[in-house]
Amino acid sequence: MNEVASCVPLTAIDYKSSYKPIWCPGCGDYAVLSSITKALAVVAVPPEKVSVVSGIGCSSRIPAYTSCYGFHGVHGRSLAAATGLKVARPDLTVLVAGGDGDGYSIGGNHFLHACRRNVDLTYLVMDNHVYGMTKGQPSPTTEPDWDSKLSPGGTGLRSFHPLVIALASGANFVARAFSGDPKGTADILAQAIAHPGFSFIEILSPCVTFRPEQREWKDHVHAAPVAPTDDPARAARRIMTDDGFNIGVLYIGDRTPYPLRRIQPSCTPADLAADFAT
Amino acid sequence: MTGSGRGVPRNPAVLPAADAQSGPLPDAMPRTLSELMTQALVMELDAVQRYTEFADAMEIHNNRDVAALFRTMASIEQKHADQIMTTMKWSSLPIAAGPHRWRTFDSPETTASEDVHYLMQPYHALQLALAAERRAARFFGELALATKVAAVRKAALEMQAEEHEHVELVKSWLAKVAPPAANWADDPDPPHYMD
Repeated sequence: MNEVASCVPLTAIDYKSSYKPIWCPGCGDYAVLSSITKALAVVAVPPEKVSVVSGIGCSSRIPAYTSCYGFHGVHGRSLAAATGLKVARPDLTVLVAGGDGDGYSIGGNHFLHACRRNVDLTYLVMDNHVYGMTKGQPSPTTEPDWDSKLSPGGTGLRSFHPLVIALASGANFVARAFSGDPKGTADILAQAIAHPGFSFIEILSPCVTFRPEQREWKDHVHAAPVAPTDDPARAARRIMTDDGFNIGVLYIGDRTPYPLRRIQPSCTPADLAADFAT
Repeated sequence: MTGSGRGVPRNPAVLPAADAQSGPLPDAMPRTLSELMTQALVMELDAVQRYTEFADAMEIHNNRDVAALFRTMASIEQKHADQIMTTMKWSSLPIAAGPHRWRTFDSPETTASEDVHYLMQPYHALQLALAAERRAARFFGELALATKVAAVRKAALEMQAEEHEHVELVKSWLAKVAPPAANWADDPDPPHYMD
């Protein structure tokens, strides 16, 4: 987070656009949108100093529903675009939003390297374990035994574990949230935005159309029983052995973020490419 | 867990009548009339926001009857919020009307965001509203029992009585609405992949 506190207090409404979301009624993404606007009001960065970057998918529509600057890019490339934006405009607070397919499959490689580079971004993934926009194909986080017309008997594939991958790859802040807990999610988002470096939040966000059983998630989620740790190995052990419904901040690291200030205005794209090649 | 832990049993497209515990967290127990009314105001504003979201979503999905009903519920809750502001002589939201913590994820009068369906009917919407009003009534009742402050107890009981009136009002509306057919969620052009 770079900028702040205007004289007139901002409220969540100041961060909402006039466009009405076209998500299915009951979709968890409505509450995530509400949490984002609440969190931005808490950190008090004016909308013109925030950019929301996304890829493709239901959740990636979110930039249009905020009054911040936005970039609705191509599938899986939100982190690449956001990284470029942040190094070019370090003064902006950059949020990156998307779904599990966009982030872990099409954009999986970018996810690893965004964690490793530790650029000061806040990445929130609305994870519903399914490709909703394209009518319900299994995603990287889908359970191996999820039976559907498009995956009879389930894929049989082990689910991707984004939180552990993020830890192993160097993310500086790792949390899990639940869309049905909009105030708790807003709290976590505010912390993530304020924390330097790459912050990653997995938000369990039910898809009530293709995964109606996810309505029951609200009966399963619970607060993380322990305080966040700064030891990635300990955090990873906890996450690997929890039930997947542990919500809260799980890891707060102190890695030095990617030094944005060394990028000078005269810097060319070739200079940037060379810098990132290290 | 390795990702499969969230594979909870399937549940068809039913609309749960969320009816969990409704009281305030112990550390959120209002100590003054002003704190109680701030909590009540937050409850009403949360309900306004959620009903408005539901109304917008239903309009987008061309479910106009339910959209209109949610819009009405939002306007009713907004009136309650305005009444609280007037009663307390507040010209702007009190600072303490920021995020509140409740025993449940949402404040007592707010319906969970996932409890709606694009094909739901006015009957369903009224059932959700009824459950919300009942939670609100129980919230103020529990609060009145728990508080040791006479002014807070008196106001909480008054709020409980108001919420009971709302319960009866919604019940009277429900009596005029036909229950949905068993196949209400059948969609001849469903979003799901079909053979």
